Amino acid sequence: MTVQGTGANRWQRFAEWDARPLRLDRFAREDPEQGFSAMKSPKDPAPGVQVSGGRITGMDGVAEADFDMIDRFIATYHLDPAIAPEAMAIPALDLARMLVDMTVPRGTLTRLAQGLTPARLAEAVSHLSALEIAFAYSKMRARRVPGNQGHVTNAKDDPLQLAADAAVAVGLGFDEIETTQRVARNAWSNALACAVGASVGRWGTLFQCSSEEAEELRIAMAGFTSYAETVSVYGSEGAFIDGDDTPWSKAFLTAAYASRGVKMRCTSGAGAELLMGFHQSQSMLYLESRCLCLQRAMGVQGTQNGGIDGAPVTMSVQGGARELMAENLIAVWLDLECASGNDARPTESEIRVGAKIAPYLLAGSDLICSGFGSILKYDNSFNPSLLNGEELEEFLVLQRDFEADGGLTPLGEDKALDLRRRALDAISAVLEELDLARPTAAMRTSVAFASGSNETQSFTAGDASMMSAAIEARGIDVTDVIRALHKRGFVDEAQNLFNLVRLRLSGDYLQTSALIRGGRVISAVNDPNDYQGPGSGYRISAERRDEIGAIRDQISRTEVLRSQAIFEQAESRRVLYEAQGDADPGTATGEVVIGISPAFGIRIFQSLAGQPVSAMLDAVIRGIIGAGGTARVVRMHHTADTSFLGLCAAGLAGSGVGIGLQAKGTAVIHRQGRLPHHNLELFSNAPVTTLAHYGQLGANAAAYAFGRSPEPIVVPTGGIALGARFHAEVAMLYAVETGLCEDGAAPSELRVRFGKDAAA
Amino acid sequence: MTALSAADYPMAEKRPESIRARSGKPMQDITLEAVVAGSVGMADLAIHSETLLRQAEIARSAGRPTLAQNFERAADLVEVPQDLVMRAYEILRPGRAQSSAEIVAVAATLRQAHGANRIAAFLEEAAEVYEKRGLFRFRY
Repeated sequence: MTVQGTGANRWQRFAEWDARPLRLDRFAREDPEQGFSAMKSPKDPAPGVQVSGGRITGMDGVAEADFDMIDRFIATYHLDPAIAPEAMAIPALDLARMLVDMTVPRGTLTRLAQGLTPARLAEAVSHLSALEIAFAYSKMRARRVPGNQGHVTNAKDDPLQLAADAAVAVGLGFDEIETTQRVARNAWSNALACAVGASVGRWGTLFQCSSEEAEELRIAMAGFTSYAETVSVYGSEGAFIDGDDTPWSKAFLTAAYASRGVKMRCTSGAGAELLMGFHQSQSMLYLESRCLCLQRAMGVQGTQNGGIDGAPVTMSVQGGARELMAENLIAVWLDLECASGNDARPTESEIRVGAKIAPYLLAGSDLICSGFGSILKYDNSFNPSLLNGEELEEFLVLQRDFEADGGLTPLGEDKALDLRRRALDAISAVLEELDLARPTAAMRTSVAFASGSNETQSFTAGDASMMSAAIEARGIDVTDVIRALHKRGFVDEAQNLFNLVRLRLSGDYLQTSALIRGGRVISAVNDPNDYQGPGSGYRISAERRDEIGAIRDQISRTEVLRSQAIFEQAESRRVLYEAQGDADPGTATGEVVIGISPAFGIRIFQSLAGQPVSAMLDAVIRGIIGAGGTARVVRMHHTADTSFLGLCAAGLAGSGVGIGLQAKGTAVIHRQGRLPHHNLELFSNAPVTTLAHYGQLGANAAAYAFGRSPEPIVVPTGGIALGARFHAEVAMLYAVETGLCEDGAAPSELRVRFGKDAAA
Repeated sequence: MTALSAADYPMAEKRPESIRARSGKPMQDITLEAVVAGSVGMADLAIHSETLLRQAEIARSAGRPTLAQNFERAADLVEVPQDLVMRAYEILRPGRAQSSAEIVAVAATLRQAHGANRIAAFLEEAAEVYEKRGLFRFRY
């Protein structure tokens, strides 16, 4: 049934809400039995531990004889029987308070964590609000300086684009880059291309190629990658087996990576068990707490968690975002490096995206995103990230807004293009030298300028497969690539790539939370997070503050005055203002006085709407005359404020009605005797005010002068964030006006001449 | 030799003279020039088991005993050929072994041929757990 005359059967706001991107997201009702519960389920066990004869004989309600594989591994390798009784005796609420108490050192808490069971860890963080979790996270994360990781992939597995995009990611400051492929067998060519691209500009960005477990290790052995991340673990035995591994196989793999001098972290996250159908009706947080205790037990230095591929399903549940933060907190409480998710895009709503990233940006993280999409969404072979190439500048601006270090640095246009070209030349040289492919100049050019693979005329996924097969079959390793770079004159790149591989010798970057800055390994060992309140922990240096602040296209007074000066000459041909001495009060009944601002046509020549100031004034005068009034123009020298311009003009007008007109376009109709800010009509939104509006303003002023009550003019704003677009310029222009003001100076009578003879 | 501590980290800066590649070549001889000349290969760009044991000491002194244990297991694997590493990983995956004996056999090879005692014990523990949890079942 529709209501007659409207054609609608519902409040139309709901129809509008339906059309917003938010409504593409689906939300799930809480249902713990079916696994849809973020923080707490009736099936989560009560925390507890039994120690007997120096061994753990029971944990979280399960006796040793009934331990599943995960329980067994955690009880054997994570729980320290010497610490467990003491740690488990502390009530969860007290632990929660210690987490947010800045006077309790991080080390006290990480020691206790070695005796805490999965259920107790989950219970403790559940006492914290989202804000408290973020604060605790900033205190508990392992390394002091924050970092970030980016994805570098494309929809064609094109090695040229991979190299160019890797160079840009390095230029933006990503500490790690991660690639994967559309076609599984292209892993080798992807790895080689990214390794070459990441060697352009500076060295030290760690690089990984996500692939099948065994192949990933072989690629690392060939020296192309410097770390691995996608070593997944799960919180239930069923999910673990379906994931084709066990705690022992994954711990073995962890040792295998270290034995080859390759950094590694595991991956886990809320929602994985739910998606795999083995949730045991337990909460996402409890299951993830098991994953994290398991990872510490395996002796892996770090984790990628925070609902990685499971983030979207987690965010569908009430408290999902809070749960993701809570599981990251458990990770760092367990003294693991944390690449804190903010990875798979969990929403179509840009507001939810911004809200999701905010606490991490503020708190800092070892790697804020475990895959910021440095490339466009459609080129992301992992699926779109929370933040992508499209939104990268927004992240840079957020860093600047909050003066929070998100690990990235703005990159100028020329620098970006230089990096792309250098990377394209380097990868082309390597592909030729190793007889893998013959890239043409046209291919390189198309990639250099392309934002994404839809715009390139380059290699296809099929071409990449040929290269990949050849790299693998011929046993090409990173030393072959280093030699090829060197031979073709890419000596800096050869050195950069060599430096990265040489990190393996010392194993320094195998320690917790290691990354490379300025050619040095920085980790939780030599840069531990020492937060103990204001003045401690990570602080942005003056130099870093300048880096973060250097986003492109900032304006200052210089630019604003320069752009105004451009219009000065044209204005001098359109209008001439002849000062006639002090202005006297008028007597004519139909007279409206226009009070213009001090800089009007002297220093400021164009309004915020882009109109010549003379055109605004001309429109107002014509409006007054057209409505039967007479117009007189005076320039105010004692004020630039719209209200007082108008009120003073009204005081000089024979009719008692005046108009105040600022050079930037703000205008008011005022009447003698009214309070300053109680005007007749105000045009406060100068940027959207047209010349027609100024004409109507003049006409209405004349109408008021004759005692009529005209329909007020409403300038539609269209909902534009005028402040964001214009206020910086407004403040700069207005400062020019106030700079010309003189206390007590009398208004000047002006004779205004328009047209060709104006400059005479 | 006394155990290293966090004060000796990073080893590349604090203890460079003690670092050798798996091949035995000292770190200072492993340069870009040597790679270009063809006198350095992947075996010279691999970590030595001694270095992993030193990193384990550093990890332990930094309060990370489980990380230290991983480095010690890793030290066991340094000299194990890649094929055997991959075979051991594969046999540990669910359903690959049909009985605990297959895992125990790999453990024996690791212990006898490569002196990888820690890793061998770890595999044997896995065999026992898999038996208990019924992992020796058909998967594909």
